[in-house]
Amino acid sequence: MNQAAAPILELTGVSKRFGAVQALQNVDLQLVAHEVHALVGENGAGKSTLVKILAGIHQPDAGQMKLNGQELVLSGPAAARHLGIAVIHQHPNLFPDLTVAENVFVGRLPRNPLRGVDWGELNRAAERLFADLGVKQSVSVPVRGLSVADQQLVEIAKALSLDARVLVMDEPTASLSSREVERLFTIIRQLRARGVAILFVDHRIEEVFEIADRVSVLRDGRHVITVPIAEVTPADAIRHMVGRRLETLFPKEAATLGEVALEARGLARKGLFSDVSFQVRRGEIVGLAGLIGAGRTEVARVLFGIDHADAGEVLVAGMHADIRSPKDAMRLGIVYVPEDRHQQGLVLDFSIAANVSLPIVQRLSRLLVLDRAQEEGLASDYSKQLQVRATGVDQAASGLSGGNQQKVVIAKWLATKPTILLLDEPTQGVDIGAKAEVHRIISQLAAQGMAIVLISSELPEVLGMADRIVVLHEGRVAAEFGRDEASQERIMAAATGHAPA
Amino acid sequence: MSVRAIDSPTSSALAGRIGLERTLTLVARLREVGILLVLLVVVAIVSIQAPLFFSVSNFEQILLNVSLIAVVAVGQTTVVLTRNVDLSVGSVVGLVAFVTGDLLKEHTLDVPGAIAVGCLLGVGLGAFNGLIIAVARVPAIVATLGTLYVYRGLDFLVAGGKQVSAIDLPRGYLGIASSSVLGVPTLIVAAALIALVAAYLLRNSGVGRELYAIGSNPAAAEVIGIPTQRLIFGAFVVCGLCAGIAGVLWGSRFGSVNALAASGLELQVIAAVVVGGVNIFGGSGTVVGAVLGAILLATIENALRILHLSEFWLLAIDGAVILLAVATDAAIRGYFQRILMRTGRR
Amino acid sequence: MRPWAIALLRRWESLLVLAFVAFVVLGSSLSPYFVSGSNFSDLTSNLMEKAIMALPLALIIIAGEIDLSVESMLGLSSALLGFTYALGWPLWLDVPLVLAVGGAGGLLNGLLVTRAGLPSLVVTLGTLALYRGLASVVLGPRSISGWPEWFTNFGFGDIPGTLIPWPLLVFAALAVAFVFVLHRTWIGRQIYAIGKNKEAARYAGINVARVKTYLFVLSGVLSALAGVILTARFSSARADNGQGFVLDTVTSVLLGGVNIFGGEGTIVGVVLAIFVIGVLRNGLTLADVSPDTQSVAVGALLILSVAGPTLVRRISAARPRRQLTNPVSNS
Repeated sequence: MNQAAAPILELTGVSKRFGAVQALQNVDLQLVAHEVHALVGENGAGKSTLVKILAGIHQPDAGQMKLNGQELVLSGPAAARHLGIAVIHQHPNLFPDLTVAENVFVGRLPRNPLRGVDWGELNRAAERLFADLGVKQSVSVPVRGLSVADQQLVEIAKALSLDARVLVMDEPTASLSSREVERLFTIIRQLRARGVAILFVDHRIEEVFEIADRVSVLRDGRHVITVPIAEVTPADAIRHMVGRRLETLFPKEAATLGEVALEARGLARKGLFSDVSFQVRRGEIVGLAGLIGAGRTEVARVLFGIDHADAGEVLVAGMHADIRSPKDAMRLGIVYVPEDRHQQGLVLDFSIAANVSLPIVQRLSRLLVLDRAQEEGLASDYSKQLQVRATGVDQAASGLSGGNQQKVVIAKWLATKPTILLLDEPTQGVDIGAKAEVHRIISQLAAQGMAIVLISSELPEVLGMADRIVVLHEGRVAAEFGRDEASQERIMAAATGHAPA
Repeated sequence: MSVRAIDSPTSSALAGRIGLERTLTLVARLREVGILLVLLVVVAIVSIQAPLFFSVSNFEQILLNVSLIAVVAVGQTTVVLTRNVDLSVGSVVGLVAFVTGDLLKEHTLDVPGAIAVGCLLGVGLGAFNGLIIAVARVPAIVATLGTLYVYRGLDFLVAGGKQVSAIDLPRGYLGIASSSVLGVPTLIVAAALIALVAAYLLRNSGVGRELYAIGSNPAAAEVIGIPTQRLIFGAFVVCGLCAGIAGVLWGSRFGSVNALAASGLELQVIAAVVVGGVNIFGGSGTVVGAVLGAILLATIENALRILHLSEFWLLAIDGAVILLAVATDAAIRGYFQRILMRTGRR
Repeated sequence: MRPWAIALLRRWESLLVLAFVAFVVLGSSLSPYFVSGSNFSDLTSNLMEKAIMALPLALIIIAGEIDLSVESMLGLSSALLGFTYALGWPLWLDVPLVLAVGGAGGLLNGLLVTRAGLPSLVVTLGTLALYRGLASVVLGPRSISGWPEWFTNFGFGDIPGTLIPWPLLVFAALAVAFVFVLHRTWIGRQIYAIGKNKEAARYAGINVARVKTYLFVLSGVLSALAGVILTARFSSARADNGQGFVLDTVTSVLLGGVNIFGGEGTIVGVVLAIFVIGVLRNGLTLADVSPDTQSVAVGALLILSVAGPTLVRRISAARPRRQLTNPVSNS
């Protein structure tokens, strides 16, 4: 829009590092009034880190931020809010028991002469804000009953009441229905007309092209390009997002495919995914690709018995399988390496040996007594096989690096002698070297006849490892590609809702 | 988990959701109405069985019995709203009651002085709870389970087997309970005043709303700069003060005080609070609800007496009522949560 | 000092042994009777009901829950035993019945926690009132006596030729079983895993709800057993038997080094803590302090056992670290 206008918020050379992971490196960004600026990138490209820096949750390690030309240091979330930077997170952080109006004005409720809350004035002010937004919303109801979409509007109203000049929205459409997205976009356009500088963080390309004036692409924590939206096509943007990576990835070894080990038929879970069907053969790696929230993890949870399907059927080795708990799944040879290693994969305070033996402690016991020698032997066998780097199997899992922790999780499941392995983001937060090792392990397991489902947001990983790729989009199978037909662009197009080419 | 709704809502679903929103609001407000209805049913049934029950003097008796519990329930509500609980209230009431009575018996202080010291003692005991919880970060249940016995033990230490009887107490003190204001017993007036002031402050003061905010979403409260720990400390001080007030009035109401006074009161108070719709997970509920809960329980107690049913059921009823109230609340919440999910919204 | 000595000193259990010795020394300076054999017999039999209830409570707290209803289940068990005995039913029928009711009460706690998803704190606070209330419904203000001699003898008699009270034998057998189960078997491993990380335990195929429910049932049964023993020791069944025991029971578990947030603790620590509290109470009794006043000390121990480690950690975190050796795991 207004090319010459001075930026309200300007980031120069911002970097942020978490342990071994360089989340952001030398990122530049300029937000201008009257403009919706989209920030796109794959999962893990650094978008969330950038949002958290703007929200004052993280402080950058290097680089400079300027607000209206003034140097900006955000000591915390309160400081950001105070300076007119409002951030709307994917999951609004409101007070469910307080009313809509209270949530908007929390911390600065209007007072009556008795120093009490002036409810009349409070509700009128909140109603004015919602009327300005063109939204009908009863302001005296508690937030608890509101949908995510309505809760976001409460956050937006709050931002307006604080007279925010910069509005950062972190994947605001992730849990909205299409009708709710339309309403949100109408409001975003209004805010833009009022002169608010908006940063719209998303990875749904079609939405970005609908709403944004300008788009910046992040990849692997680096700023790739910033262009006016009119000068790019969706295909260009996707190309910039996926880029060409230099990492050497361990390609899958050739393996002879056996009979079908696992089959999902019309699997559905209300509100999460529906009509998901696919097959995995022995020795085959099937990649499950899609955006965050497309339903990949949810499908895996059903296959592992954590959740239950509302419809559809799972077949293991051609037989109907009734999976009601993880124990049932394990009995059928299905195991699941979850996405959240720390919360779901490991008991961090337990030793490597205790983690490896956890699913099979019963099997390792005689007359109830846990055979510690057998436990340690088993753990050190698998540690050796997977090359876990640790001082010994009695070391606590919490002291291991991300890659080695992941190997322990894999070791724990291999110890159950599974036939079907579900992997959910197995290399997330793992450094490059360990990543290649994890890939080698996966590949070897497939070569030994294991049927593998690989959920990954990293396209090169899926492309390198998988024999077949099933792409989910909004809870449905959007496309299925063989190894030879697949490309990053085609997967991304299917995952973002563009019909498969 | 974040998931986009798969089905676009149809207009009928949308209408259903707006209805749902109203229902949710209504359910929250209906709690007090619900208790009143149950109360009416109890009164109706018992009145038919025993006409003696339905009399002004009996209702006055019920309200007198409720007044001290109601004052303690006001303090407990303040604490429970912040996602905490105070198990020591019974011991605070007992200790304050004895100390106040003893001061009057020994003529150490005059009536206003003894009352002031009693209230201050309550504040101090509440502050001690608050310190353990807000500073040493001991979970409230453990901290107040400990002080439940510490305060009761101190009560025994101070009492040393002695007892304060009505004849030891000055007439001016005993007169508090027997006097009345415009025909209404002073105790009931005092309890009603305290409840109304607390209800007003919790509903309308900035600090009151912040207490709700803390219980509703502690992390978000911290983020927007609410001094969470300081307010939790304050809530325990208020709870101590309320228990202290009930304590100074205890001797006046019952005439005699020994070291066992008000033991087990905490369970009655907690039962009243949860029956009254104060969410045990914090964040919602009102003082009015808690007081209505106390009245309902006292009415049931009175009815049992009038119907010559075993008084031994009382404690069991308190326990069952705690379980029922909490389970019902959880079930209602879960039910609406599921409906919200089904209609494609969370 | 040598590393092993430091490691030993850092163990919580060592502190408990020191506290125990200190209290014994203090106690014997108060009264020459303190270190006598008959006092030992008195001291331990006074403890045993609380000690028996502390064992399952330790497992429950390690698994990340709590059970406040134990003392009321003890009372209900005593009342029910008296009631059925007064009906003229034989004891061989009454005792199993009472234990079964204990199991049912524990099951109710467990189901409300694991199936209805309610916090164990509130559930067992409710059943603390409910079970005590039912006890007085069953027996009223009566107290039932006239028990057979072998039964009362089991309550306060010693094993012939020794100073070991029978209940101590029961407790010792149970304690050994608990040490075995918690520290040697797969069941113990699962309990720790649940307390450390419920989610990861579930993802490892552990049926978290079932394990917790069993623990509550166990707690109910053993509380009922404690009720039987108390009835025998007092030769009297009363609805208010065991009132206030929850303090000593919870205190011995937390003072024994069990983490209130779950996942950590040993049975040995709990057993030591039981005796520390026992010696403390016994010493105070000899010093003519009434049991109710003794609770000031026990209540303070309860608060200190949780606040102490937290405060120490906060203070040492505030100071710059000067550690020469690697931190030694003290779990």
